[in-house]
Parts: sequence; structure tokens; C-alpha cells
Amino acid sequence: MDFQSCVNIKKEWDIVGARQLGRDIARKIGFGTVDQARIATAISELARNIYLYAGTGKICFEAIEDMNHKGLRIVAMDDGPGIKELSQVMEDGFSTSGGLGAGLPGVKRLMDDFDIQSEDGKGTEIKAVKWLR
Amino acid sequence: MRIPILKLHNYLLISIQIDLDDQTAIQFQEDLLSKIHESGATGVVIDLTSVDIIDSFIAKVLGDVVTMSDLMGAKVVLTGIQPAVAMTLIDLGIHMQDVPTALDLEQGLIKLRQELEE
Repeated sequence: MDFQSCVNIKKEWDIVGARQLGRDIARKIGFGTVDQARIATAISELARNIYLYAGTGKICFEAIEDMNHKGLRIVAMDDGPGIKELSQVMEDGFSTSGGLGAGLPGVKRLMDDFDIQSEDGKGTEIKAVKWLR
Repeated sequence: MRIPILKLHNYLLISIQIDLDDQTAIQFQEDLLSKIHESGATGVVIDLTSVDIIDSFIAKVLGDVVTMSDLMGAKVVLTGIQPAVAMTLIDLGIHMQDVPTALDLEQGLIKLRQELEE
């Protein structure tokens, strides 16, 4: 199974749309309820970051497979202002929006692989993978 | 979308049965506080049995509404948090330690009665 589907994030409701689609794809790949909840929560955090900080962007899902694992890759991308304080945003409790500051470090813990690229003024791309155990 | 708030004697009962978006969550916060104000309720149970995802924003809204209701003089108990949701919240680093919880609606009402009678 290899397919790719994307959700554009433009309005607040798209956060819900993205996590519902992501959960459906996770279920089809064979993830159990707990991992489905982890994946849906991670998508929700990534989509909200796009909505709050970049305004618009998109989240893509891809079913992936290596030698003996299946997995789901989530790619969140935007052309927003980028993240200046990259090391700070990965700290628990750091927030510029008055939130809990659980977002990105939380996503990293919820998923298995996590990679963030961000350039000041050029946007952010986050790739996160969950492997099926 | 509005979440219905039911009154039963001195209590308010809420069962959240939809996938919460940010706007609905904020609206619910306001609705609950006004309902506490107009009904004079002393206890509130928010049942989360049908909620299958709580992200950091929804967790903040729920935690805040417990503190806000407490300021007004009403005790809130959250009930029915699913195993997958509990595990996800801890992964996120959200512990909600000051928030009273119970296994289900029935236990929630018992907990409220105990706390309010003390």
C-alpha cells in the first residue's frame, strides 16, 4: 500500500478534518486504538501549529514500508515565518501563544521518528513517522 | 455546534459526544460558566466516554473550565477518560493532576456528593 493524501490547513475546522483522515489511514494500515489516538493527536498538534503560526499550509500522509515494517509518515509543511527558536520550541512548556507548550515535544514523544527543518522567513517542514509494531 | 448541558437537581451533566474543534470547546467553556451562574449548580460532571482524542488545546480548555468553575464555587469531575486518551495525554506531557476524575458517570456523581457534603 503506498498512497499519499494531503489536507490543506486554512481554517480551524481543517484541524479536525486532518486528524480524522489521518486516523482513518492509520486504521487501514493496521494500527491499534492507542496508536491511532497517538497519531491523531500528533496530527492535531501539527495542524494547529500551521493554523496558529503560518496561517495556511498542508499535511500529507503516506503509507510506507521498509524491509519488515509498515508505517505511516506525516509531513506538515507551510510557507510561514519559520521558527527562530528551534531549540526552545522543542522544550516542554515553551509557548509563545499562551498554550501549554506541549505541542512539538509532545509530537516527538507520540511518534517514533521526528525531523524538523525550518528556515527563518521561509517556512517549516516537519516529518514524523510511526511504525507498526 | 453547541454541547447540551443538562440540569439534574444541584448538578449539571454534560456528555461530550462529538469530535471537539477549538471553537466548540471555547463555546462550551462559556456556556458551562453561564449555566452554573444561572442555575446555581454546585457540582458538574463532564463525561468524556465518547471522546477519542484530547490534544493539548482541548486539555487546556478542560483544565481551565475546572479551575474557572471552582472559582465560581462549583466542583467539576471529569469522567470516562478512555485508556488510549490517558496514554496519549501522558505522552504529550499533560498530567492534569489538579483535575478531579472518576471512572464513569456513576462514580463521578458519588465523588461529587462526597466532596460537597464534607
